[in-house]
Amino acid sequence: MPFREGPLGDLKVPLTWTAAVALIVAVVIAVAFLLADRRETLQQQAYGVTRQTVDTVSKPVSGVIAAPGRWTGVGVDAVRNYFFAGSENARLKAELKEMRTYRDKYLALVDENERYKSLLGLKTDPPIPMVAARVVADSRGPFANTRLADAGKEKGVVVGNPVMNERGLVGRIVGVAPGASRVLLLTDIASRTPVMIDRTNSRAILTGDGGPNPKLDYLRGSEPIQAGDRVVTSGDGGVVPRGLPVGAAVKGLDGRWRVVLFADSTSIDYIRILLFKDFAQLADQQALAAKVLPPVITENPEQSILGPARPATPPPAAPPTTGAAPATAAPAAARPTTSAPAPAATRPPVTTRPSTTSPATTPARTPQ
Amino acid sequence: MTGARPLNPGRWLGVPMLFVILATILFAAPIRMWGLQLPEPIFAMVPAFAWAVIRPSILAPFALLILGLFLDTFWGGPTGLWGLSLLVAYACVLAGRNMLTGQSRPMLWAWYAGACALSMTAGFLFTMMDSLAMPSLVAVFWQFLATALLFPFAHRLIDRFEDADVRFR
Repeated sequence: MPFREGPLGDLKVPLTWTAAVALIVAVVIAVAFLLADRRETLQQQAYGVTRQTVDTVSKPVSGVIAAPGRWTGVGVDAVRNYFFAGSENARLKAELKEMRTYRDKYLALVDENERYKSLLGLKTDPPIPMVAARVVADSRGPFANTRLADAGKEKGVVVGNPVMNERGLVGRIVGVAPGASRVLLLTDIASRTPVMIDRTNSRAILTGDGGPNPKLDYLRGSEPIQAGDRVVTSGDGGVVPRGLPVGAAVKGLDGRWRVVLFADSTSIDYIRILLFKDFAQLADQQALAAKVLPPVITENPEQSILGPARPATPPPAAPPTTGAAPATAAPAAARPTTSAPAPAATRPPVTTRPSTTSPATTPARTPQ
Repeated sequence: MTGARPLNPGRWLGVPMLFVILATILFAAPIRMWGLQLPEPIFAMVPAFAWAVIRPSILAPFALLILGLFLDTFWGGPTGLWGLSLLVAYACVLAGRNMLTGQSRPMLWAWYAGACALSMTAGFLFTMMDSLAMPSLVAVFWQFLATALLFPFAHRLIDRFEDADVRFR
């Protein structure tokens, strides 16, 4: 039976008031969502199933939408290369000539560095494995700066992995789904990255604010920074490896030190995800894990305050000299009633102290 | 009495929602032209303004909430941020719709810009409270500008459905 033909068919409610109630209900739901959000914790648990599903669905859709733009870019590059091949060739020759000088210096420095390392016995970090990915969607607003990459769980990407392009650090992974992962850019308002000034080793925290140039907060040291100084990751806290290029320092219009990101000097269409979680993974965990624990020799477990209670007994006439003697000399009532005497026989020789140190006798040694 | 016939929600709510979602996905493409990225306007502001002007509705706030949740999830922002910001603007326009009815196009554009500013201000404050940091005012201004330029779409939506239900004129 249709609703309008029923007994409630003539029921009229003022639509304006009902709409107002609906609006209030929707606002309450939105506030509840906002209060329950834990995005700023940057944990995998906070990246719920809904976000993972949306990312998984968005990846192919955004990939198809982005494809024409990518093809257009490739075509424009091809045309430009064709028409400007001569000038490009001259520029590359000049650059090659300059780079040869740098190469000689580099080889000399590598040799010198190796000798210093061997002299100091310095153990450097092993190379970090990487995963290449393509960016299929990005958000550039003031309240969220993220990118969606087309590599996910199946490639070993986990939350916290640093992300770079060919120029420098881009951000880090904040959500992983099958086939896709979400990159939080350095410019996002929730992004905090420990960095240092390469020239002075002064530490700072790179803080995003939704704009193109993140701020340098908590700068320490006297005269720690100059315009143009190179900013790299400090590795403090184990969030990102040390020494990744970030950008160049500039003084902002608001008088604060900011960073022009190296990664922004080119399009961030292809990225590298460093499979780096924290410093713990760089150590050989198997070697660190002890196979056999040494025996813990503290006190006689038979007489420990944690062991079974035993009645007060008079001290023996002569203190025992062997470890096994007190255990065998203990009264039967104090022994465990379980039929497992073997562990007592295999225990390490812990009874080096006389049996008079039982809890029943300790009060006698308290100060009077 | 055809004027009292209720609007089909699929036409005045569903179709604009679909267009908003498609436009948002389209403008999220990582495309750079001459070194510049695409702007990122809040397309959902168009229905947030137009739906409030057309008529009061029970479904419209929930449709806006769904759009806001989609924006948050798709852009990777805090869940509920855009839902709440859009509803704040919608509520203010709904409260003042008697003043808006019959206004000229430039005046409506000014009202729309005011609604955008209100929504962005709400987003700014909610983000400050959520992240305990202040977003860049310049970035907020650019997004406001890109969103305010979308008024012709809102005007078209209002023109299309304003006279569809004469009870709310």
